[in-house]
Amino acid sequence: MPAFKTLPLKIQAMMVSILILIAALGVWELSITANSGSSGELTEYERLTGGGAPKAGVPPPSKVFVKAWEQLSNPFYDAGPNDKGIGIQLGYSIYRVLTGYFLAAAIAIPLGFLIGMSPLMYKALDPFIQILKPISPLAWMPLALFVIQDSQASAIFVIFICSIWPMLINTAFGVAGVRKDWVNVARTHELSPIKTAFLVILPAAAPTILTGMRISIGIAWLVIVAAEMLVGGTGIGYYVWNEWNNLDLTSVIFSILMIGLVGMALDAVFAFAQRAVAFNE
Amino acid sequence: MSNGFLSIEALAKRFPAQNGEGEPLTVFENVNFRIERGEFVCIVGHSGCGKSTIMNVLAGLDEATEGVVIMNGKEVKGPSLDRGVVFQNYSLLPWLSALRNVTFAVEARNRAWTKEQVRAHSYKYLELVGLTGGAEHRKPAQLSGGMRQRVSIARAFAIQPELLLLDEPFGALDALTRGTIQDELLKIWQGTDQTVFMITHDVDEAIYLADRVLLMTNGPYARVAESVEVGIPRPRARDEIVEHPNYYKVRNHLVHFLARRSKEMAGREHATPTGRPETVSFDDPEKERPAPPQAALYAITR
Repeated sequence: MPAFKTLPLKIQAMMVSILILIAALGVWELSITANSGSSGELTEYERLTGGGAPKAGVPPPSKVFVKAWEQLSNPFYDAGPNDKGIGIQLGYSIYRVLTGYFLAAAIAIPLGFLIGMSPLMYKALDPFIQILKPISPLAWMPLALFVIQDSQASAIFVIFICSIWPMLINTAFGVAGVRKDWVNVARTHELSPIKTAFLVILPAAAPTILTGMRISIGIAWLVIVAAEMLVGGTGIGYYVWNEWNNLDLTSVIFSILMIGLVGMALDAVFAFAQRAVAFNE
Repeated sequence: MSNGFLSIEALAKRFPAQNGEGEPLTVFENVNFRIERGEFVCIVGHSGCGKSTIMNVLAGLDEATEGVVIMNGKEVKGPSLDRGVVFQNYSLLPWLSALRNVTFAVEARNRAWTKEQVRAHSYKYLELVGLTGGAEHRKPAQLSGGMRQRVSIARAFAIQPELLLLDEPFGALDALTRGTIQDELLKIWQGTDQTVFMITHDVDEAIYLADRVLLMTNGPYARVAESVEVGIPRPRARDEIVEHPNYYKVRNHLVHFLARRSKEMAGREHATPTGRPETVSFDDPEKERPAPPQAALYAITR
C-alpha cells in the first residue's frame, strides 16, 4: 500500500485504530451470536428446569450501541431511586469527585508550599506522609461512615483523602526544587515573601504541581466508582452495581465505557492546564 | 583618599572544618578595597579565590564571616534594589518573555508607576541592548545566549541601581558576541553615574572595560593584593586601545600576575600589615615624555 505510507503519521495511526476497533467489535459480535445460536431444540427435561427462559449472557456490541443510543438520547430522566438517567448518575459522581478533589487541593497546595519552603517541616512531616500515602482510600470508609455519619459526605471524604497525597507531595517537591537563582532574582528585587511566592515560586513549581493534580484527578476518578459501589444511592459506581444486580450486562458495559470517557475528559483538562504552565529552561 | 562610595573592610570568609577537626577553611581574609562613585572596577583571580563570594556578599545574597561592606555610609545587609546583579547564567525567569523579565524588575523598583510608564521605561533599556522588533516577546529559551545576557543586562540597568554587580557576564559567550555586548555595556554605563563591579577571567576584557583592575592571590587565605590603574582615557575604541602605550604594560602586568605572582604571593605570610592592596599605576605617557622622538626626527628631516 504505497498510498498509505505517504499519509501523515497521525492519519495512519487513526486508520490503524479504526481497523483495530472494527476487528475487535467484529470478533466480539460474532463470538456471541455463534454461542447463543448453538442451543438447538430443548429436551423436555431442559424445558422443565427453566431452560426455555431467556439466559443472561454477555451482550453483543450491537446491543450495547442500542442501549447507548437509548440512554444518551435521554440522559437526565429520573424515574425513582432505582432508575435514573446516565447523565444524572455521572453528574453525581463528578460532583463528588470535584468537591473532594478541590477540598484536597485547597489544603494540599498551601500545605505543600509550606513543607517545600521549610526543610524542617519537610523532614518532620515526611514519615506521616509516607505512612498515610499507601493506605487504600477505601480503608478509610468505615471510619468515615462512623465519624461523619453521612454516606454522601463519606464518599467525598474518601475522594479527598485519596487525592491529597500526590498534590501534597508534588507541591512540596516542586517548591523545594525551585532554582536558587530564581529565588535570588526575587531577593535582589526586594520582593515581599507573598510576592516571591506568587511571582517566582508558584510559576516555577507550577509544572510539578500540575503533574500532581493530574495524578490526583486520575486516582479520584478510579476511587469514586468503588466508593459509590459501597455507599450506594446515586452515582456511576452505584449504577454499575445496580445494573449487575439487575443482571443487565448491556448497561454495565455501557457504563464502563462512560467511566472511561469521563476519565479521559478529566485527564485532558489537566493535560491542557499542564501545557499552559509548562516552560523551557 | 576620600571615604569612598563603596568600602570593603577586613572581609573574610571561613568555612568550619569538616567533622569539627582541624583548622577552619579560610577562603579569603583581610580583603580591603574601596570603589569611588562612577568607577568601573574589574576583579581578576584564579578560580577558588572567592571572587564570586565577595560579589555575593556585595549583593547581599551571602554573608561574610568577618568584616563589613559599607555603601554610601551604610552597612550592606541583605539584598537591595540599589545593587543590581547580572549573573553568568543570566538568571532570567524562563516562564516570562524577555519584556516581562524587564518589566517585572521595573515594577519592583517603581511601585507607583503606571503600566504605560513601566513599559516605556523597559523598552528604553531593551532598545539600548538592541533587543526589540519582536525578540522581546520571546521566552528566554527561544533566545540565544547572547540575547539572554542582553536581557539580563537590560534588566539590571533598568532598575537604575547605584552599584551594578556583574559576575562573569560574558563567560559563556563566544568572542564576537562578547565584544558587541561589551560595547553595549559601556554605552549604557557611560550615560550614567553608576558604579560597576565586575568579575572576569579575561585580561583583555578587564583592560577594555575597567578604570581599575583588582588582582586577587590564590586561595586559601586569598586577598586583594594589587589595584592596577588602567589609565587609558575614554571613550576607548577596541582597535585603538592596543596602540596606547599603557595597554601592553597593563596587560603584561596582569598576565604576569595571573601566571606567576598570584601563586607566589599566596598565603598568609605574604600579606601586608595594612591589608590594603598596593596601587600600581603606569604613568600617563603624555606627561612623562617631554617630546615624542618621532616628532623630533620629523623636525630634523624637514
